Amino acid sequence: MSGLRSFVARRLLLGLLQTAAVVLLVFALTEALPGDAAVALAGDQPDPARVEAIREAMRLDRPAWERLTDWAAGLPHGDFGTSLVSGRPVGRYIADGFGPTLLLAALTVVLLVPAGFGLGMLAARHEGRFVDRVISSATLAVYAVPEFALGVLLVTVLSLRLGWLPPTAVGYGTDLLAHPAALVLPVLVLLSRPVCSLARMVRAGMIDALASPYVAQARRYGVSGARVRYTHALPNALAPAAQQIARTVDWLLCGVVVVEALYVIPGLGTVLLGAVAERDVPVVQGLTVVFGVLTVVLNLGADLVAHRLAPRAGVAA
Amino acid sequence: MRDTSPRPLPSPHRSPGLRRRGFLAATGAASLGALTLAGCGGTGTGSGDDAGKGGGSPKRGGRLRAAFAGGGAGETLDPHLANLFVDVARAKALFDKLADHGADLSAQPRLAERWESNRTLDRWQVTLRRATFHDGRPVTAEDVLYSYRRIADPKRAFRAKASLEPIDLDASRATGERAVEFVLKRPTAEFPNILAAFGAYIVPGNATGFDRKPIGSGPFRFVSFTPGRSAVFGRYDDYWEGAPHLDEIEFVVANEESARVNALLGGQIEYAHELNPATARAHEGKGQVEIVRLRGSTMQAFCMKTDRPPFDDERVRQAFFLIADREELVDGALSGAGEVGNDLFGKGYEYYADGLPQRGQDLERARALLKRAGAEKLKVALDTSAVAAGFTEAASIFRDQARKAGVTVEVRMGSKDSYWSDVLDRGTLCCYRSGAMPIEAHISQRLLTDSSTNATKWRHKDFDALYRQAQSTRDRAERAAVHERMQRRLYGEGGFLVWGFADWIIATARTVRGVDTKAPANTLDWARFDRVWLT
Repeated sequence: MSGLRSFVARRLLLGLLQTAAVVLLVFALTEALPGDAAVALAGDQPDPARVEAIREAMRLDRPAWERLTDWAAGLPHGDFGTSLVSGRPVGRYIADGFGPTLLLAALTVVLLVPAGFGLGMLAARHEGRFVDRVISSATLAVYAVPEFALGVLLVTVLSLRLGWLPPTAVGYGTDLLAHPAALVLPVLVLLSRPVCSLARMVRAGMIDALASPYVAQARRYGVSGARVRYTHALPNALAPAAQQIARTVDWLLCGVVVVEALYVIPGLGTVLLGAVAERDVPVVQGLTVVFGVLTVVLNLGADLVAHRLAPRAGVAA
Repeated sequence: MRDTSPRPLPSPHRSPGLRRRGFLAATGAASLGALTLAGCGGTGTGSGDDAGKGGGSPKRGGRLRAAFAGGGAGETLDPHLANLFVDVARAKALFDKLADHGADLSAQPRLAERWESNRTLDRWQVTLRRATFHDGRPVTAEDVLYSYRRIADPKRAFRAKASLEPIDLDASRATGERAVEFVLKRPTAEFPNILAAFGAYIVPGNATGFDRKPIGSGPFRFVSFTPGRSAVFGRYDDYWEGAPHLDEIEFVVANEESARVNALLGGQIEYAHELNPATARAHEGKGQVEIVRLRGSTMQAFCMKTDRPPFDDERVRQAFFLIADREELVDGALSGAGEVGNDLFGKGYEYYADGLPQRGQDLERARALLKRAGAEKLKVALDTSAVAAGFTEAASIFRDQARKAGVTVEVRMGSKDSYWSDVLDRGTLCCYRSGAMPIEAHISQRLLTDSSTNATKWRHKDFDALYRQAQSTRDRAERAAVHERMQRRLYGEGGFLVWGFADWIIATARTVRGVDTKAPANTLDWARFDRVWLT
């Protein structure tokens, strides 16, 4: 177990360093963008005196390193700084955007796991036959459709033509649970591609495992088909799937910009987009830290699961 | 613009992802586009074709949900910080200005009941009407002075600060509870335009912190606000102009145009601001929604820097005027949603010189002019950017038109985020756009030697003198004559090649009545929800 503990410690340390590096990189890149918050705010009235005044009011006239240091100094106290544009704390931006994004991500994962595994196992079981061909080609086809296009298509058909579901979540704010119908389309769009990749991955893993010598041996011992599939072959397919799911969750949490925009869901993606457009650097930095930490933790979790499920695979770091 | 989308649209350039928010153009335009919109019917009686549309008499009650592109979590209700269309729409629901712009961009009295100047036009007496803030306090002269001083605070950068510059606020004072004497730094015949300036809202004395519970004197009072999502305001029964018809107005933010349209079609909202021409065509006359086109809202132009080669030679500028095929530009860059321009700002506005002949393409004369200027094999870089609808299209269309006159135009794409400040001083030729503002404001902001955003570098002492003359002329007809002289000069040899005016397009549910169809964006009747009702 101490091996596992040092593995976790190493991964966490590495993760912290990665997060810090990402924040520095984002800061540098944001600085390198043409214009700054003052120019972005001045828009098409770039009166130089006014731009200068805005810059001063936002304290953008201080050197970059000073702004970075101030901001980093607040982090240990959980202080993410204040927005350049509104003067409100960045922590509130993140807290406000987190709810809707987390809800979407949670719903998607809850549906993703059974759907992806179910389809994958079904296809593997019927390898090469009709069911497999239908599942394999359908997943490939859906995977190929960009989310934006799929989203527009679903709205057009299910909302506007048939009138079954609300086309957007506009006006519902963060209280999405009170309007479950508004969640159906966004979750469908979010599910569409991960389900396909997960199903295909599970199918491939199962087929490999079922063809492996140890399964053949189990069969020779007279172990039942179902038992072979669920206790011997499935874990083998689970390891890569767990990592795939972690990446998916990561992707979902980091704000699925397209889906949020299309369905007017005020999540983290929307916050990030607005902050970038306005050059609101503290908000961008705050979000970067959150995304960075999430990515590290999720991938660590996935590796631990993989480690546990398929130690043979030698998942190390 | 966000702000800034002109669209006429809004958006031509929308990637499948998101369009940037639109800054408003204040008097300028928005970052995105410019625009115009209409508000609601004039004085509220709903007469005429505005409110017509089978409207009948106004009905009381209901909540109208209006979707705008917004500014995300950084939005504020501080009316002096208004920068986006949605900011202005909200500010206008909660607050009032002393005056506002009518459909022809002339100043109309609002909180100011009347104004009169002394003979030299540098002292103005403004009398306030009897109006109350939402907490019952009367609107007083002190509130007006507090508001203006807040805007002009040298430590802040409120947008209206530049507009208020002619006022000497230290010398101005209250001469009664509802009487203010404004002392100006110089004669200003168009002083009422200042009272109507973008963002010059009146807030209660000592008001700060506008996001918790802003108090104004507007037709609606604050109910709730979540930045970037929704703002709900309720009817203010004691509004001086009469209570609104609606019980409540809710502003929701949907940055993606398709989301606004879908929400409207799906019955989730009743008013969608800023659509693109393709969407409008798809739904016009289909009976599901009403499409409202506010004609001639956004000036679309190419801007030539008159202080540097090759445009320091007026013959080259004149040749460029003749190269443009305006119809083709309107059809191509604005998807036909607009009308052609005549190299002057403000078509249809007060003082517009509509007697000048419409200019059209004349490649032969253009070639001859270029030859005389010794610029036959001319090469010019044209700066553009996806910052506003139609910009990149206009640039490539003009490049092809110029080729026919033997001019090589190289289209240069600039950054969306810093385009306006980049092209202010750099380059020689760029795409330009402006929202509605009085012609006088266009001149003072962009065409005087000391103008802060003089993108054409038009600096002529005699032109400045004409402007000052107009500002110190009491008689309106004489003043109009001076304005015409200035415009003739610009028409003949100015730096703005104004090729078109774009429509601003909004859509409403069929249950909405009283939406004005003529008011350009940023004018009084645009996005004016106190005159709207639901059937």
